[in-house]
Amino acid sequence: MDLSLIWAMLLALAVFLYVVMDGFDLGVGILFPAIRGAEDRDLIVNTVAPVWDGNETWLILGGGGLLAVFPLAYAVIMPALYMPVIIMLLALVFRGVSFEMRFRAETVWGRRAWNRGFWLGSTVAALCQGIMLGAFVQGIRVEGRAYAGGWWDWLSPFSVMTGVALVAGYGLLGACWIVWKTEGELQDQARRLARILGYATLGFIGAVSLAMLFLQPAFVERWFGFPHVLVVWVVPLLVLLLARRMFRALSEAHDGPWWRDALPFACALGLFGLSYLGLGISLWPFAVPPSVTIWDAAAPEASQAFLLAGAVVLLPLILGYTAYAYWVFRGKVRAGEGYH
Amino acid sequence: MMDALPSALDLARFQFAFTVVWHFLFPAFTIGLASYLAVLEGLWLVTKRDVFLDLFRWWLRVFAVAFAMGVVSGLVMSYQFGTNWSVFADRTAGTLGPLLGYEVLTAFFLEAGFLGVMLFGMGRVGKGLHFLATGCVAFGTLLSAFWILSANSWMHTPAGYALSPDGRFLPEDWWAIIFNPSFPYRLVHTVIAAYLTTALIVGAVGAFHLIRSAGANAQARVMFSMAMWMLLVVAPLQVVAGDFHGLNTKEHQPAKVAAMEGHWVERRSHAPLVLFAWPDQQAEENRYEVAIPGLGSLILGHSWDAEIEGLRAFPPGERPTNVPLVFWSFRVMVGLGLLMVVLGLWGLLARLRGRLYEPGWLHRFAVGMGGSGLVAVTAGWIVTEAGRQPYTVYGMLRTADSVSPIAAPAVAASLAAFAVVYFLVFGAGIWLLFRLFAQPPHADQEGPRPDTPIRSAGITPAPSLRDRGIRDLPAGE
Ligand code: HDD
Ligand code: HEM
Ligand code: HEM
Repeated sequence: MDLSLIWAMLLALAVFLYVVMDGFDLGVGILFPAIRGAEDRDLIVNTVAPVWDGNETWLILGGGGLLAVFPLAYAVIMPALYMPVIIMLLALVFRGVSFEMRFRAETVWGRRAWNRGFWLGSTVAALCQGIMLGAFVQGIRVEGRAYAGGWWDWLSPFSVMTGVALVAGYGLLGACWIVWKTEGELQDQARRLARILGYATLGFIGAVSLAMLFLQPAFVERWFGFPHVLVVWVVPLLVLLLARRMFRALSEAHDGPWWRDALPFACALGLFGLSYLGLGISLWPFAVPPSVTIWDAAAPEASQAFLLAGAVVLLPLILGYTAYAYWVFRGKVRAGEGYH
Repeated sequence: MMDALPSALDLARFQFAFTVVWHFLFPAFTIGLASYLAVLEGLWLVTKRDVFLDLFRWWLRVFAVAFAMGVVSGLVMSYQFGTNWSVFADRTAGTLGPLLGYEVLTAFFLEAGFLGVMLFGMGRVGKGLHFLATGCVAFGTLLSAFWILSANSWMHTPAGYALSPDGRFLPEDWWAIIFNPSFPYRLVHTVIAAYLTTALIVGAVGAFHLIRSAGANAQARVMFSMAMWMLLVVAPLQVVAGDFHGLNTKEHQPAKVAAMEGHWVERRSHAPLVLFAWPDQQAEENRYEVAIPGLGSLILGHSWDAEIEGLRAFPPGERPTNVPLVFWSFRVMVGLGLLMVVLGLWGLLARLRGRLYEPGWLHRFAVGMGGSGLVAVTAGWIVTEAGRQPYTVYGMLRTADSVSPIAAPAVAASLAAFAVVYFLVFGAGIWLLFRLFAQPPHADQEGPRPDTPIRSAGITPAPSLRDRGIRDLPAGE
């Protein structure tokens, strides 16, 4: 059995779960300047308060898992992305503490400061994650078993573009989440925001895809080579179909069954899923593009097997009780019922 | 280290020490607090006495803040192995990686998954289920301690591995890796430390409100009494556990123990117990030494004739790099530990005399000792980790060979950023904790209840916010 292959799939899943789950709660923070009423702000923070900690745990699994099963990738990527990783961590520190602090600020000044912290922390974390993604995709220089580049290599027009793209994408997820969890005027506002961010996200998906073709010849072969060209083109096609459905759902009347309000969020998740799949197709089978494959980066087989034995039992369990926690807090969140 | 500019290695070490000490302040408190909350809720369910529910809710608000800071500072730690210690990560991932992986899978998800229900779920789920959620969070914190301490202990007493030709540690025997020789001692000593830390804080808060209410506050009475029982039992246990821990360390890391004890020359028997001194690393001897003859052998060897190794027996490259730091941190920890025993006994005395709730010197002492657990824990870790130097994996992998290929300016910049953000953010968080401590607990304590109209949506229903007109903030604030 190819343990590296199984682990690559599992970690890819963990990272994807992180991206969409922390994506929407970071997105809620990103939207702060657009949602202006103090009451509304409390409300949207309350929609994510019970779940954000669990969402962020997937990031820890991403890091810890990479260390455990593809240590070489971990040992190369982290120094290569030193600055964006550290800034992202600091931004998450800021944001995590702002969560609690903004509710308890006793002065107008304090409240304003922690609101800014919450917005800035969310936005910078998203930006850094996007930059990390871009820097990863454009390739990392490796010699022997170590990173061989400088400490600014991660910065390029491409990585900045992916950074901004992810901010827009998380904003979209956040807006769709708000559409789902709130009602009335706030919901209308979120619908408008989601539409704008939807166009932006779509534009960025296109721009990043095009830019990638110029980044490496291998990517061109991946997408246009015969015979897989016949299959892989389903991905962009589905993107367009889903986007259309999302925009329709966003402008539909409000009085449908409950899942109607969840539909934009589901479509946005789909868009993320497809983009992620597209990236996967481009990068496969590299753990550190363009030179280290998942097999090069693999931990000793005994380590991969030992952790896998637990993971096959624990991951379904985790998904189960995570779903339960979401279920407990299901439904619309209303003003004055802050369960924060 | 005479040169003016610190090297990338020094900076990375300092950064790790800075961030991990900050991190550990929070779990040291929340591990104990989570268990305390579970006990309070359990007592409430069994006895149906409202005072336990009041206390549960009061401490739950504290827990929410402290836990959040623990989580975000911990997130930083899990990435630092890669950003600053990438060679260490590459070499040791085979053995340490799965341990950290299991910590995430068994502990962190459990805590995070049930935290939301624990904090906000009363009224949304039944009492039994809510208690289960609290129990899961408490159990999760202990599991977390289990795995991370196993990983840390392996770095002190590596076992169960083989070395690959390129210097990586390959796992051979998982049982031996997890239950490596120093792990049981470290786990017991650290978990007790966490319980002590919490008991001291709970006791200090209880004493504070007893003083302020002239002994009338019913919730503060229960708090204080519970904390004093806990201290009475656990503080002496900690001294015993520490003693065994030291014996075990003497077996596996004699140079560390020699530094802790301030011994430079070998003693065949009747080694003195050095109380105070300034260990001079250049001259390889102690200055200003105050020592009790013979007692050292008795404590470390449990016999007057026990033999004790001295630092001079180790080549300079094998000794802890900062002997005074190890030496003095050890004294801080042990000194505070003994004071905790005193506090526990004093509490018992007051209780027997029926004066436990009459504000007096005992209560002032308890307030003063509130932070001593955190200080002792930090001092203990400095003993442990600075005493492990110059190795990351004791005897096998040197700290100098573990560090990432990152330029010094980059590490300096990140260290400065950590310092600024941590002091700012955690400083504010700790200030908030103090404000929560200062609010007197009372009957019908409000908690995170969804059925009450909590307008500000904080766990605190913060009428103060409304009073100050924050509700009517202009748009955009
Ligand atoms: C409330 C906290 C607290 C208190 C009162 C004590 N300790 Fe401690 N000690 C710790 C908290 C701690 C710790 C933070 O948990 C450490 C750091 C690493 C570890 O294993 O536990 C530690 C480490 C530690 C070590 C180092 C072991 C090693 O590095 O391998 C020794 C020898 C002792 N302790 C011994 C003692 C003794 C003899 C005490 C008697 C009063 C004592 N400790 C009180
Ligand atoms: C939370 C309690 C802990 C505290 C307070 C603590 C403290 C410290 C300190 C002060 C240093 C710097 C030592 C020096 O450079 O002289 C250090 C280094 C280090 N510690 Fe710990 N430590 C803790 C737990 C851990 C754990 C659980 C691990 C691993 C799983 C760990 C791994 C390391 C590593 C890799 C270094 C850097 C290399 C070195 O300087 O030795 N520590 N720690
Ligand atoms: C240097 C090593 C360490 C690393 C890499 C680390 C990592 C982490 C991470 C990632 C979290 C956040 C988990 C979440 O989302 O719930 C966390 C929290 C926590 N850590 Fe650490 N940790 C270290 C040291 C320690 C030690 C030594 C202990 C206990 C003895 C400990 C106990 C805890 C606990 C109980 C939590 C839960 C949050 C809290 O109570 O504040 N950690 N740690």
